[in-house]
Amino acid sequence: MTYLIQQSLNALQLGSVYALIALGYTMVYGVLTMINFAHGDFFMVGAFLCFLSVARLHLPFVPTLLISMAGVALLAVAVEVSAYRPLRKAPRVSAIITALGVGIFLEHFTLALSPYPLHIPPAFENVTWNAGGLAVSSLQVVTVLLSVGLMAALQFVVARTPLGIAMRAVSWDRDTASLLGVPVNRVISATFAIGGALGGAAGMLYALSYPVIDPYMGVLVGWKAFISAVVGGIGDIRGAMLGGYILAAVEIAVAVALPSTYRDFVAFSLLIVLLIFRPYGIFGRPRPQKL
Amino acid sequence: MSAGQALLEVRDLAVSYGGIQAVKGISLEVRQGEIVALVGANGAGKTSTLRAISGLLPYSGEIRHEGTLLRGLPPHRIAARGIAHVPEGRGIFANLTVDENLKLSAWPCRSRAARDRGTERVFALFPRLKERLGQPSGTLSGGEQQMLALGRALMSGAGLLLLDEPSMGLSPLLVKEILAMLTDINRQGVTILLVEQNANMALRMASRGYVFGSGQLELSGTGQELLGDPRVRKAYLGA
Ligand SMILES: Nc1ncnc2c1ncn2[C@@H]1O[C@H](COP(=O)(O)OP(=O)(O)O)[C@@H](O)[C@H]1O
Ligand SMILES: [Mg+2]
Repeated sequence: MTYLIQQSLNALQLGSVYALIALGYTMVYGVLTMINFAHGDFFMVGAFLCFLSVARLHLPFVPTLLISMAGVALLAVAVEVSAYRPLRKAPRVSAIITALGVGIFLEHFTLALSPYPLHIPPAFENVTWNAGGLAVSSLQVVTVLLSVGLMAALQFVVARTPLGIAMRAVSWDRDTASLLGVPVNRVISATFAIGGALGGAAGMLYALSYPVIDPYMGVLVGWKAFISAVVGGIGDIRGAMLGGYILAAVEIAVAVALPSTYRDFVAFSLLIVLLIFRPYGIFGRPRPQKL
Repeated sequence: MSAGQALLEVRDLAVSYGGIQAVKGISLEVRQGEIVALVGANGAGKTSTLRAISGLLPYSGEIRHEGTLLRGLPPHRIAARGIAHVPEGRGIFANLTVDENLKLSAWPCRSRAARDRGTERVFALFPRLKERLGQPSGTLSGGEQQMLALGRALMSGAGLLLLDEPSMGLSPLLVKEILAMLTDINRQGVTILLVEQNANMALRMASRGYVFGSGQLELSGTGQELLGDPRVRKAYLGA
C-alpha cells in the first residue's frame, strides 16, 4: 500500500511535467491547427535557463522560475513571429518541416554552447520527509503544487479573460475573429508565449528533479508530452493535463511491474490501443461541420 | 467628413483566387445613412467584394472609408474604424457562449462606458439574446444566431454594417423579421451594405442597389428603379 502511494506520488511529479509541456502543444494546435514540433526543445531551453540561473547566477528558486518561464516565452514568440508566421498560408508540410528545423537548430545551438551534460545544483534545500515508509521530498511537493497552480491559472485565463475568449474564438474561426476586431496575430503570439512559459516552467522543474541535462533531453520528453496531448484530445486543455498524468501513471506502473527497458515500449503500445478506440483522444471530438 | 463624400467608396475592385478572377473591376459607393443592396446570382462575386472591403482578401483597385484608403490595413484595424462585417453563414463561435460572442466584439471599444452603451443597445434591439446569455451559442436557433451575429456586429458601435446574406437558411417569417430589424437599425443611423439572394426584399428596403453578374456590375440604380427594370425582373425576381 505504502509502495503504491509512493509510486503514485512519483507519477504525479512526472505527470505534472508532461502535462505542462502537453499544454503548449495543445494550445498552439488549438489556435493554428499546427503541431509545434520544436516545443520539446523549448522545454530543454527552460532546463538550460534553470542551469544558468542556479549554477551561474546563484539565484534562488523564484527568480529562476521567472527566468525560465519568461525566457522560453520570449523564445516561443520569436520563433512564431520569425519562422511560423510567414508560413501560415503555406502548405501544411512546410510548417512541419520548419518546426522540426527550429527544434534541431535549438538542440545544436545549445550543443555548441555547452557540449557536455551539465549538472544542476539544488535551487533550494531539498528536505525529504519520511512517514510510515513513505518518502516525500519538498521538491516533489513544489513540483506538483506549482504545476497545479499554473494549470489553474491557465484555466482561469482561458475561461474568463478577454484574451481567453479571443483565443477560443481564433481557434474556431480566425477570419471571423479578425472581423470583430480581434488582433489575431497578437492573440496567436500570446498563445505561444503562454505555452512557452509553461514549457519553461516544466523544463526547470524537470531539471531540478533529474539534475543532469543535455541538449537532446527535450526530444523524448517532448514526444511523450505530445502524445499526452493527443491522448487527452489535441486542442483540448483539460485533455492535455489529464493525458500527461495518464502517461506518467502508465509509465511508472510499467516500470514497477516489468523490467525497466520495457517502459516506453509498453506505455506507447497502450496509448496506441487507446487511440484505436478513441481516435480523437479522451476529450477530443471531431469538429462539427461549419456552415 | 465633407458633404457629398461617400462613406465607402470602391473603385475598380478586382479579386482573384489563384489566377481566376472572381471580381473584375467593380466600382460602387455607399453614402452615409443609406441601405445599399448588392444582388446577383450565386458566384457573381458579392462575398468576395465584402471580404476585400474588410481586408480578408488581397485585391487591386481602391477602397476608401471616410476618404481613407484601406489598403494594407489588417481586418481588425478595419473593424476598429467602425466597419462591422457579418460573414456569410453568420460566423457564430459555437464554442463560445452568447455572452462571450458579444464580449468578443467589444475588443475595439476603448472605454467601459462605450461597451455598456453597446450592450444596452443590443439588448434593446434583441431582448431574446439577454435571456440566452449563458447558453452555448451553438444551441441557438437559426434566427437567434442571426440576431446574435447582428448584435455582435453592433456592439462596437460600428457605423457601417456589411451583411452577407442575413436571410440565408431562415424561414420566410424570420426573414421578414430580420429585414425589418435592419430597417430599424438603419433608422438609428447605421449605414448598411446588404448582400442578398432575396433580391426582391432587399431592393424594396434599399435606397440603392447594384446588380452583380459574374464579377461585373450589370446594373445600378435606386431600389425602385431596379425593381421595375425588366432585366432584373426576368433574371432575379422570376417574373
Ligand atoms: N476561396 C475561394 N477559392 C477559389 N475560388 C473562390 C473562393 N471563393 C469564391 N471563389 C469563386 O469566386 C467566385 C465568386 O464567389 P463569391 O464571391 O462567393 O460569389 P457570391 O457571394 O456572389 O456567390 C465564384 O466563382 C467562386 O467559385
Ligand atoms: Mg456569397
